[in-house]
Amino acid sequence: MTAVAPDEQSLVATPEFERSNERNKRRSGLLMALPAYVYLVLFFALPLIIVVVYSFATRTRSGGTALSGWNLDSYQKLGEPIVRDILFRSLLLALITTFICLVIAYPFSYYLSTRSPMVRNIMLVFVMIPFWSNFLVRNYAWRVLLGNNGPITRLTEGVGWEESSILFTPTAVVLGLVYGFLPFMILPMYAALERMDWSLIEASRDLGATGVQTFRNITLPLSRPGVIAGSILVFIPSLGAYVTPQILGGAKTTLLGSYIVTQFLTARNWPVGASVSTVLMVVMLGATLMYFRSGGKTL
Amino acid sequence: MTEQSTSAVSINGVTKRFGDVVAVDNVNLEIADGEFFAMLGPSGCGKTTTLRMIAGLEFPTEGSLQIFGEEVGTLPPNKRPVNTVFQNYALFPHMNILDNVSFGLRMKGVDKKTASAQANEMIDLVRLGGMEKRRPNQLSGGQQQRVALARALVNKPKVLLLDEPLGALDLKLRQDMQTELKSLQRELGVSFVFVTHDQEEALTMSDRIAVMHDGQLLQVGNPEQLYSQPVNRFVADFIGQTNLIDATVADDEMIVLANGTKVRAPNPHPPGTKVAMSLRPESIMIGDREAVPSESQSTSLSGVISSVVYLGHSVVYTVNVDWMPLEVRVPAVAGVSRYEAGAEIAIWWDRLSDWIVPDEGYRG
Repeated sequence: MTAVAPDEQSLVATPEFERSNERNKRRSGLLMALPAYVYLVLFFALPLIIVVVYSFATRTRSGGTALSGWNLDSYQKLGEPIVRDILFRSLLLALITTFICLVIAYPFSYYLSTRSPMVRNIMLVFVMIPFWSNFLVRNYAWRVLLGNNGPITRLTEGVGWEESSILFTPTAVVLGLVYGFLPFMILPMYAALERMDWSLIEASRDLGATGVQTFRNITLPLSRPGVIAGSILVFIPSLGAYVTPQILGGAKTTLLGSYIVTQFLTARNWPVGASVSTVLMVVMLGATLMYFRSGGKTL
Repeated sequence: MTEQSTSAVSINGVTKRFGDVVAVDNVNLEIADGEFFAMLGPSGCGKTTTLRMIAGLEFPTEGSLQIFGEEVGTLPPNKRPVNTVFQNYALFPHMNILDNVSFGLRMKGVDKKTASAQANEMIDLVRLGGMEKRRPNQLSGGQQQRVALARALVNKPKVLLLDEPLGALDLKLRQDMQTELKSLQRELGVSFVFVTHDQEEALTMSDRIAVMHDGQLLQVGNPEQLYSQPVNRFVADFIGQTNLIDATVADDEMIVLANGTKVRAPNPHPPGTKVAMSLRPESIMIGDREAVPSESQSTSLSGVISSVVYLGHSVVYTVNVDWMPLEVRVPAVAGVSRYEAGAEIAIWWDRLSDWIVPDEGYRG
């Protein structure tokens, strides 16, 4: 420690001593956080800056990127019907996915939070079990299930539902996304409901509120942080999803994730890929800020 | 309330089971309109379950429960003319004080303006004017307590239920709130049914007290009855401090103590019955052995002082009488010398100050 030694005469903490003490505390804190800082700057902040910088660059004829002559050309391309359609389709599918997850997860979480601790833990394990196998494998599994000769298609045909396989349709994509991201909705929602003081519900009923009134005025507002956190955790990855639409969606259901990959790897138009990525990040940032604004503290 | 005889709350043969556990066991109880009624007992005695059944937060397994003559057995809480002040207050954290207090009125469809006006009136009554816009977590424990009171009372309940309402407050605040609750109840004339494990609190505030233990109602009476005429060992021990001396009935005038001493104690029990004699510390007198008054010869014991504690207003002696220690509390009189530990003395008591209880059930 390099603390200034207190005056030999007085052993009280002088203002100088207090200041150097504060400084030392700050320094040692910084030292502990240093590895994390280095990691974040190297692998997160720097690539982010590169993406944003590239989004303002120009594509050369040969498919390279010229880091000169900054312009907004790539952003203007986002206004073109093809790209715009992809953007809206992605937003729509992400919203539908989020909504379906919400509708499924809320009653489930509510039920879960009213069970005994043992039942809760068992059920939570069931919620987590899908994570034990690879995401890619699970998506291919859906492909088999939904395929032309898959059990689900046979079942729907068996009941006389004329329509053949839903594979390679937006429905299949939403199904896959809901399946993949539902746990992200359940967990924060359950955490919020589980934290809730159930005597508030009793108090509400005692004060003359019906069950519905209690839900609207007490349960829902108090579980809102969980609802918003879950929605963001589902909405954001759904919006940028790549694997699921690629495997379960057809050519007609190109989403943002696939589009970005195409721009970088096939079309070799890095500025456009970068600008779409930037827009996507801004949308996500907006969603996250909304969450903090609404009073949520942790994701 | 057409009939005069209608009780505010009438509980007949009510039993509540949770699985195999009998929380409330065949309780019969009448609570009068306008009464300050306490349910007293140690934790787990069934007092809170009884209160929750009146509120409609639990439903009786057996028996009949009426509020002002109306059977409410399985009626949900929102359809009962009662309101509750919860133990932890259960204030809605996402609403300000005004919204908390006007909640009940708004849920019943009272328009916002009227609801706010009535809520404000009630907030003033509990002396929280100016706090309307604050959130519950910005208030102190005592203030939250008063919001909980206002939130319940604004609905003009016919019976107000309070579940350990003062448990979370510190001593000074608790004493202030005791007085405040009592005067509020007198002012409103509504029955307050009040659950507590604190016998002193129950004695201070209540018109009548029900003592519960192990799901059973042991005794109902006013504070003085409970203190001076407990029905059994448990009540004697739970209400105030007492010395419980094991004894056997000799005849209807005398009992025999553990060491064979016979003392005078008129009692209605047949000879040979095991009983306990309850002697309050303050009703025992202490003096030199030769100073026992002649009329108290038959109600005296000799002993040795084992400890002396000076409490300012009184002195507490622990006196060993042969087989057990007894607590004796005498007023501290300035200038009068006290006995020292080790002194050989006699204790005696007035013939009317002992109380014989059957020696059954609980042993403290």
